[in-house]
Amino acid sequence: MTKKKTGDKKDAPKKEKLKFAFYWAASCGGCEIAVLDLDEKILDVVAAADILFWPVAIDTKYKDVEAMDDNYIDVCFFNGSIRTEEQESMAKLLRKKSKVLVAFGACAVNGGIPGLANIANRDEVFRVAYLDNPSTHNPKKIIPKTSVKVKEGTLTLPAFYDTVKSLHQVVDVDYYLPGCPPPTNLILDAVTAIVTNKLPPQGSVIAPLKSVCDECRFEKTEKRIKEIKRVYEVDKIEEKCLLEQGIICLGPATRGGCNARCLDANMPCTGCGGPTPNSCDQGAKMISALASILGIEGEEKMDDETVQKLIEDVRDVVGTFYKYTLPTSLIKRRIMD
Amino acid sequence: MKTITIDPITRLEGHGKISIFLDNTGNVENAYLQIPELRGFERFSEGRRAEDMPQITSRICGVCPVAHHFAATKALDRAFNVDPPAAAKKLRELMYCGYFIYDHILHFYFLGGPDFVVGPNAPAAKRNILGVIEKVGIDVGKDVIKHRAYGQKITAILGGKATHPVCGLPGGVSKTLNPEEVKEIETMVKSCIEFAKFSLTLFDDIVLKNREYVNLIHSDPYTLKTYNMGLVDSNNKVNFYDGKIRVTDQHAEEYVKFDVNDYFNVVSEHVEEWSYTKFTYLQKVGWNGFTDGKKSGIYRVGPLGRLNAAEGMTTPLANKEYKRMYDTLGGKPINSTLAFHWARLIELLYATERAYELIKDPEITSQKVRNPVGEPGEGIGVVEAARGTLIHHYKLNKHGLIDKANLIVATTNNAGAINMSVRDAARGVIKDGKIDEGILNMVEMAFRAYDPCFACATHSLPGEMPLEVNIYDHDKNLYKTYKRNL
Repeated sequence: MTKKKTGDKKDAPKKEKLKFAFYWAASCGGCEIAVLDLDEKILDVVAAADILFWPVAIDTKYKDVEAMDDNYIDVCFFNGSIRTEEQESMAKLLRKKSKVLVAFGACAVNGGIPGLANIANRDEVFRVAYLDNPSTHNPKKIIPKTSVKVKEGTLTLPAFYDTVKSLHQVVDVDYYLPGCPPPTNLILDAVTAIVTNKLPPQGSVIAPLKSVCDECRFEKTEKRIKEIKRVYEVDKIEEKCLLEQGIICLGPATRGGCNARCLDANMPCTGCGGPTPNSCDQGAKMISALASILGIEGEEKMDDETVQKLIEDVRDVVGTFYKYTLPTSLIKRRIMD
Repeated sequence: MKTITIDPITRLEGHGKISIFLDNTGNVENAYLQIPELRGFERFSEGRRAEDMPQITSRICGVCPVAHHFAATKALDRAFNVDPPAAAKKLRELMYCGYFIYDHILHFYFLGGPDFVVGPNAPAAKRNILGVIEKVGIDVGKDVIKHRAYGQKITAILGGKATHPVCGLPGGVSKTLNPEEVKEIETMVKSCIEFAKFSLTLFDDIVLKNREYVNLIHSDPYTLKTYNMGLVDSNNKVNFYDGKIRVTDQHAEEYVKFDVNDYFNVVSEHVEEWSYTKFTYLQKVGWNGFTDGKKSGIYRVGPLGRLNAAEGMTTPLANKEYKRMYDTLGGKPINSTLAFHWARLIELLYATERAYELIKDPEITSQKVRNPVGEPGEGIGVVEAARGTLIHHYKLNKHGLIDKANLIVATTNNAGAINMSVRDAARGVIKDGKIDEGILNMVEMAFRAYDPCFACATHSLPGEMPLEVNIYDHDKNLYKTYKRNL
């Protein structure tokens, strides 16, 4: 009944196949769907590599992976951010067992949207979910606990951290595959590079050295703007740069590789590709780009009221500029007592 | 007393965990399905720009991002007091059909279906999409991959990208359709209609013509007599995108029909200390623990819940199949958990037929896809996610930022029922201390019928996820272990 799961299937080709692993931590499953979106090419991947785990799940696989020799796995694609002790120890274990560890998708690379939880802590999350909630009937103020005695015995739940982290804040990462989820073409590039042994230098982001603006269909005219508008306030999007129409678009501060798909749907870039090359803080770069287009570098010529108004027009700085990167930004999280 | 733990069973909101407690005679005393993760979306939505919600909340689930995207967008329509133009509603519904096409194909062929297509007793390593391809042939396998991809493609054309879409705005959508795109979608939809018909024939041949499977469908461990819930149109026909929420009772009589604005007068959420998920129930019936029947407020959502809560489908082929299902399985409501799979395929057919109606609608290429918004306020939106009724509720401040957010997701609506189904399946297979590997399949099949959110790991390539059942004696010493795929 215990089946040893290795790559040695009877129909496997004689040449030793690569060994891949896919793992998820705090994520939505969209990265798994992105792999399925390779469509019929998924059959090529299966032909080139044995997928040891996909998706994997904590306890059972833990022993399975633990039993392997170090560096047994050729490439581990790891998606999701890190928020529980289990996820952290799994990241450390997979690091040890894998020759190459790839942070797959925005959450593993920079914390992703679940990383926005760094504006709160566990207690606040629990309060909103279980106590201060319009549809929850909870007169005894019950909140889930890590260990609960029920009539028949004891049940346990894993505790989670107050702070969400990206993968490289926990272990060394060899390559980064950005995007939410990573575009199919980038996944294929990465897999092809691995299979043909043409991986770029360690530490590389497997995506073009371009920004989203470089891939955008809208033309930029370096025009200044006087005000910031919300996307729903603009009745009709014109065929020109969204920033120049007053809509905050993270294109200038975001790494491309996505072919500016969101812009094709007339919506601004929200930054899922993470920072552009040579920039460590996507939000800071965007704020600086926005300041320039608003002409704030000529601040001394503006009156205080105008500057104040422009600053107030940018509602929700964290959600706008750090939607996918709060855990790896310079600010990292909200400081709480 | 012995404890059996199946950990993990899977995800999406983290990984599931089942603990089964045996009494001294070796029979199941109770079972618990625990959801060991919470990501805190309701909290970190506070302070965000309202227009970001369709894209933020889609990250709750990468399998059903479109459902969250439009539940959020519809909540914003109401929060900004704007009714989108007719064409925008049609574009949203068309995209929604694309989403149902890929999601239902994913579930039937990749996740739930292998139990039937390959067989519940087949070796675990075969019960996956590759096993399905082996059974039905490589050509059919390629067709499965092709039509799932069509669903994604239709969604991507309309939404910017399929995972995670961007087109939803309060008052409409950001993107119109051009004639080439209409042609492309029409070709794909036509092919999807044929594929949906084929899938129902496959279900007939493999499942309904097999006495053993039919007996399994009718068996007690897979039967629950709960209330049923789903969105219906003004004629009480199934609608995924809009309408009123209808709840029917154990005799298929209407218990209540309401606008989503009244949801907090109809449903409540119950908290248990041992799970991060909450459990919804009908407020006026009340929370009476994990029991079914008229006196328990637990209800079911998702494909079977929807079909039970409605009086038919609006498209001809799907409606014919709808009637056939009730005729075959003994009338309404159907209480068999495994009938979720059949209901899912009928919905797949409906989604393809409805998509065809929409793409042939002359208004679908209208350039008028936005209406100006009003002042920000409070709004509640509802859609049918592939796995059940989904509600988003936002309070906005005067700057159009989120003050409060409340989300009732499909899996929460089914959480009570899934917990019971798991317990009943365990009771069905564990008798007088006799425990065998069958428990793995039986228990998995119980939760997998509802929802890939609990099951997506189990049938993904290349095989099933590992499962381990640990049995402990009353001194907590390990008594016996069953493993699979380890």
